Amino acid sequence: MPRTLTLRAGTAGIASFSLFALAACGGGDEEASAWILTGGGWPAIEEDLERFNEDREAEIDVEALENDAYKQQIRTAVGSGDAPTMIMSWTGGALLEYVEQDRIIPLDGNTGELDDRVYESVWQNGVVDDSVYAVPLNDVQPVVMYYNQEVLDEHDLSLPETWSDVEDIIDALGDVEDVDAFSLAGGSVWPAFMWLAYLTDRHGGEEVFQAVVEGEEGAWDHESIIWALETMQDLGDAGFIRDYNAVDAGQNEDAQLLADGRAAFLLQGSWVYATINQDFPEFADSGNFGFTEFPVLEEGAGDPSNIVGNPANFWSVSADATEQEQEVAFDYISEHLYNDQAVDEMLEAGSLPPLNDIGDRIEGSEAEEFLSFADELVGSANHFQLSWDQAISPSEEQAFGDNVAAILQGNMTPQEFVDSMNSQ
Amino acid sequence: MTTIASHIVNAQGKVNGKRRQGPTFLMALPAVLFFGLFALVPLGGVLAISFMEWNILGSPSWVGTDNWDTVINDRPFTWRALTLTLIFVVGSYLFQAPIALLLGVFMAGQQKYRAFLSVLYFLPLLFSSVAVGLTFQSLLSPYYGISAALPFDWLPSDWLSNSDIVMYVMIFVVGWCFIPFHALLYQAGVRQIPADMYEAATIDGAGRVRQFFSITLPQLRYTIITSSTLMLVGSLTYFDLIFVLTGGQPQNAVRILPLDMYITGFSANNLGHASVIAVILVAIGLTMSLLLNKFSGSTKMESDKAGA
Repeated sequence: MPRTLTLRAGTAGIASFSLFALAACGGGDEEASAWILTGGGWPAIEEDLERFNEDREAEIDVEALENDAYKQQIRTAVGSGDAPTMIMSWTGGALLEYVEQDRIIPLDGNTGELDDRVYESVWQNGVVDDSVYAVPLNDVQPVVMYYNQEVLDEHDLSLPETWSDVEDIIDALGDVEDVDAFSLAGGSVWPAFMWLAYLTDRHGGEEVFQAVVEGEEGAWDHESIIWALETMQDLGDAGFIRDYNAVDAGQNEDAQLLADGRAAFLLQGSWVYATINQDFPEFADSGNFGFTEFPVLEEGAGDPSNIVGNPANFWSVSADATEQEQEVAFDYISEHLYNDQAVDEMLEAGSLPPLNDIGDRIEGSEAEEFLSFADELVGSANHFQLSWDQAISPSEEQAFGDNVAAILQGNMTPQEFVDSMNSQ
Repeated sequence: MTTIASHIVNAQGKVNGKRRQGPTFLMALPAVLFFGLFALVPLGGVLAISFMEWNILGSPSWVGTDNWDTVINDRPFTWRALTLTLIFVVGSYLFQAPIALLLGVFMAGQQKYRAFLSVLYFLPLLFSSVAVGLTFQSLLSPYYGISAALPFDWLPSDWLSNSDIVMYVMIFVVGWCFIPFHALLYQAGVRQIPADMYEAATIDGAGRVRQFFSITLPQLRYTIITSSTLMLVGSLTYFDLIFVLTGGQPQNAVRILPLDMYITGFSANNLGHASVIAVILVAIGLTMSLLLNKFSGSTKMESDKAGA
């Protein structure tokens, strides 16, 4: 008898739980919601949102999605009027489109002291037509060159300051079996955008890509972009790691190849610093893990202080949310975002919030070396180029990714690439 | 009760053959409503969108047959995607059908360890396709997968990035997932074959191979039809594993129609073109099922079991 009872109670429990879960899915009209990403510093953001919920007895329902899945689903959700209250973006083309379609609301007057605290160059990314539509929510993410000192020592190499140094390194490693100069997750394609952006910028300066963003006729067909694409194909022959097209960034294989000493360098976003500390602690603690700037191109027209990356991820507030939901979001943005605890946690993880009032807190933090490096890099940059895939219009993004993949696979010539992009 | 009773009488004796047989339409109503709401209505929606230009965020606008014209006449990739789909469907069938049949026959037998092995064969069916995809991604990684672990130099290491072999890799992985299901169908089919047929054949001196071709295969023909229909239509619309493992790369070598539809719709944000592809896919799928049904004679399927 007792067994049957337990069984029944269990079944009833499961049944009522499923009903409850169903109700929770369908309902949620009164709750504000936010979608975030997985991995990197995102779990800390989720905890911060939970703390806000506890403090204010508010309800912000958080859902975490994988990067690619997020990009595809957020658009459908926004387009169908089912967007979460707080919409995360990388600004750029997608933000412009949200504003044009009236899918998000201006945040002027609801951002507390943030506009005094956030670096101007970062803050401006969220401003459209003199109104604030998005505020940064996490760390500045410049793309930097990571290296493995052990590999450099073993082959008697030093850090490249110029592009000819890079060519020397590639030559030196040419005959070495199982070690290549640059790890690259070509299978995921987007890490190659960073190469394209840096090479173009070093060769022709920031104006080259600016013309593309502004939609100038034929702007893709520029000698600097073609040079960058050619250089990438040369690196594909010698420079990038063998079988780079099969290396996947989603599983951090590119970072692992650096940690394992299969590659001397890795060009990746600043979030990889945290990834390496978390996933490959042995390498991170060995003293061989280093980071530096992208080398200078001797005769290039670009300012060598220019950097590429994401200024940050940004929050916007959905126009389709109810007023109560929007109030909760405003509350979070104006009073809770970048609170002391959240900032400390970011710094601890080696992430640099784009704030001008944290200089003294970087000192003595565990990741001080990386943080001051990133702070210096961002602070002295003449231009901070938003990742190309984010900066261009979302309707061009797929073609851009496909074409970069084709370049990596040697399936398209640089001229075909720029012609194809111009015709989009 | 009376309906059921008369149904039984009808089935056995065909007493009053003129009257409409079986349960009333009312009983099918929930299923019909469900089908209408979740299959026919969306299908109508897709058909409508195929005549519109829509980037998901803005509002759709009517463009007549422009999308159809572009997708069919001005988009060479449509035809490439169709070809790839054909290769995938035929390849999957040639890979899955024989193995599933043999496994099913084996699992229906009485050999030693049969139950244990059956459980192992059955396992892939229990895994979520995303989990399978991520696992195979790791297995096929050039640096951290099987190619690096095994000492065979002739093994390719770029399973997922070599456009010449990625199609076969996909056919294999998808087959790995679905063979257990079809083997299960065949196992059930084989178990239904009366044992006395085999006894009689043994007495007549037929060996194992002869028994397989003269009794097992013919007796399984309806199972073969069912399983084949599921395999062909299933691989025609297959998406998950290919998406997780490749996203259509490298060089779009496995961008079959369903994947092409998804990428066009949700990555390139062109729902109009994606809907055209979707309608083409529906048309091919329906034609294929109807043809299979017609030529296999499943409409006049009869029981051929002993005693029935």
